Amino acid sequence: MQRSVLCSVFGSAFGSLLLLPALAQAQSAATASTPDLNGIWQAMNTANWELEAHAAEAGPIASLGALLAVPAGVAYVVEDNIPYLPAALEKRQANRLQRWTADPEIKCYMPGVPRANYLPYPFQIVQGADTILMSYEFADAVRTVHMQDPGPAPAKSWMGWNVGHWEGNSLVVEITDQNNQTWLDRSGNFHSDKLHVTERYTPMGSDMLLYEATLTDPEVFAAAWTIRMPLYRRKEANAQLIEFKCIPFAESVLYDAIGR
Amino acid sequence: MNLLSIQYRRCTTSARYPARLFALLSQFLWILAGTVSLAATPETSTVEASAVIPRLADGHPDFAGIWTNKSVTPLQRPTELGEKAFFTAEDAEAFRQASLARRDRDNRTNDVNDVLNAYNDFWWDSGTEILPNMRTSIIVDPVNGRMPALTKTREAELAAAQAATAERCRQSGCAINNGGVMAPAYAPEVLDLMTRCISFGTTVPMLATAYNNNYQFVQSAGTLAINTEMVHQVRRIPTDNSAHLPSQIRQWYGDPRGHWEGDTLVVESTNFIGRFYGNMQAADENLRVIERFTLSSPDILLYQFTVEDPTVWQQPWSGEIPLTRTDGLLYEYACHEGNRGIQNILRAARQEMKAAAP
Repeated sequence: MQRSVLCSVFGSAFGSLLLLPALAQAQSAATASTPDLNGIWQAMNTANWELEAHAAEAGPIASLGALLAVPAGVAYVVEDNIPYLPAALEKRQANRLQRWTADPEIKCYMPGVPRANYLPYPFQIVQGADTILMSYEFADAVRTVHMQDPGPAPAKSWMGWNVGHWEGNSLVVEITDQNNQTWLDRSGNFHSDKLHVTERYTPMGSDMLLYEATLTDPEVFAAAWTIRMPLYRRKEANAQLIEFKCIPFAESVLYDAIGR
Repeated sequence: MNLLSIQYRRCTTSARYPARLFALLSQFLWILAGTVSLAATPETSTVEASAVIPRLADGHPDFAGIWTNKSVTPLQRPTELGEKAFFTAEDAEAFRQASLARRDRDNRTNDVNDVLNAYNDFWWDSGTEILPNMRTSIIVDPVNGRMPALTKTREAELAAAQAATAERCRQSGCAINNGGVMAPAYAPEVLDLMTRCISFGTTVPMLATAYNNNYQFVQSAGTLAINTEMVHQVRRIPTDNSAHLPSQIRQWYGDPRGHWEGDTLVVESTNFIGRFYGNMQAADENLRVIERFTLSSPDILLYQFTVEDPTVWQQPWSGEIPLTRTDGLLYEYACHEGNRGIQNILRAARQEMKAAAP
C-alpha cells in the first residue's frame, strides 16, 4: 500500500519507481516489504550459445542439417564485448575451437553461476525467510542463497558460496568460491576460481525478472562486466520442473574410451 | 573396488566437519534429554497440541531448516527382538554400544575384501544414537518391524538376475560391488546407481546411509523443496494437491504431490523409473510411497512413510523417523563431477577383459 502511494507521488520524478505498482502485485505471498520471487523461471534467448553477439551457424553434426544448428543472437553483455586480459582471450579462442568436446555442459556437470540461469531449462525459486533455494532442472544443480551471513566458504564448489540480501526491490546475491571448471556459455567463455559474481534479481511486473550479473575476475578479465537479460515466468497451467538427470546421457562420452 | 569412489567422495567433504561438530553436539544433548522423557511414554506419533510450531503466512506449518535422519536404529528389527517394538532405556544403551562396536571393529580378512571392509568409525557419519522415539526399528508395520515377503514373481525375477550375474562373472570384467558380491563392472549402465552418482537410495523414502544424512527444507506457499545433501537431489513438492505427471514421464525419485491434512503434509510419490539403490533395491516402477510430515515440536519433524508396490511386496510396509533439527549448514556434494572411482572400476574391468581375450 505504502508503495503505491509513493509511486503516485514520486513516480514521474523517479522513472524506476514506475515499476512499483506491478511489483506490489507480485508480493502476495511474501512479506509486505519483500518481493516474492517464487516460481518457475527461464531465460528466452541464445546467451547459452554465446554471450556476445553472434551470427547463426551450422551445428556440430552435418547429417542433422538445421537441427541443432546455432541460432543468432545479440549481445547479452552490457559492454558488448567481454574485457578479457590478452592471455585469457587466447584461452577463450582455444576453448572455442574445441567447444563440441570440452564444454562441461556435454558432461552433465553442474553449470555454475551465472550460466545456470540462462541454460535452456527452467529453474525454480523457493523463497524462504532465511534461505532462498534455486533449484535447476539441468543436472539437478542447486544453490542455497543464505540471507544471513553463513561465514566463509569451507571449500570451492561448482555452484559457489551464495550470500544474499535485499536492496530495495532487488535480491542481490554475491557468489564467491566457485571452482574454475565451468564455462559461461557454449562458445568457450570462461573464468578462473577468482571469479566474483554479483547478481541482481529485480521484479518487472509479476511475470518477469530483470537479471543482472556483474563479473570480476582478476586472472581473466581486465575490468568488471555485466550480463543483463530478462527471465520470464513459465506460465503454462502445468508448468513444473521435470527431472533432467543427464548423467546417463553423458556416460558414453565420458567413459567409452577408458581402458579400451 | 567401488570403495575407491566412496573414499574419494568422502574426502572431498571433510571440510565441513568443524561446522558439523557443533550441530552434532547440540543434537546429542537434545537426544539425551529426549531419551529420558520419552522412555516412559514411547508413543511419540501424537503431536503435542500445546507445541508452538513455526508457520507460514498462509497458516500451514513451516518445515524450514536442516533436518537429519541419522541414528543407530535399524530399518529392520533384529529378528531376535520379535514383536518388541520399543527399547527400554537400558536396552537402548546396550544396543547402541553393540552397534557402535560392530561398526568400528577391525574387519581385516587379508584378502581382496579388505578394501570393502576398510571402513571403521572414522568414515561413518550415520548417527550414534537411538532415534528419540525409542523404537527398535524404523519399520513399524508389519508388527515384526521387518520388510514383508516379496511376491513369488519378484522373488523369481531377482533370483534369475542373481544367477545371471553369477554366470556372467565366471568370466572377466566383474568386480566386487558395494553389496560385497561380484558383479559386472565393464560399462556404466551395469554398475549400481551409487557408483554412477545417480542415487544413494536416501531420497524416497528418506533413509539414512553412511554419511551426509542431512536434508534442507525450504518452503513457500504451495511448494516444499527438500534438498538432500547426498548427491544434491532436490525434490520440489507441490503442496496444492495437483495431479501427477502423465505415466510416460518416469523419474528416478518419482513424482511427488502433496496436500495438507490439518498440520500434516501428506505426499504421494509415483511415476518412478523403477531402478533403485540400497534399501529399496527390490522395488520396481509400480512403487508408490506415501509420506507424512508433522512437526511434533519446533525441533522434531515426525516423518512417517508407507511403501506400496503390489508387484514386489506381498503387503505394504510403513516406517517412522523423528527427524531432528541440526543447526549446521548444508554443503554442495558434487559426486558425478569428480567421479574418479567409476573410471578406475571401468578401466580395471576392461583391461581384465582385454587381457583375457584370445
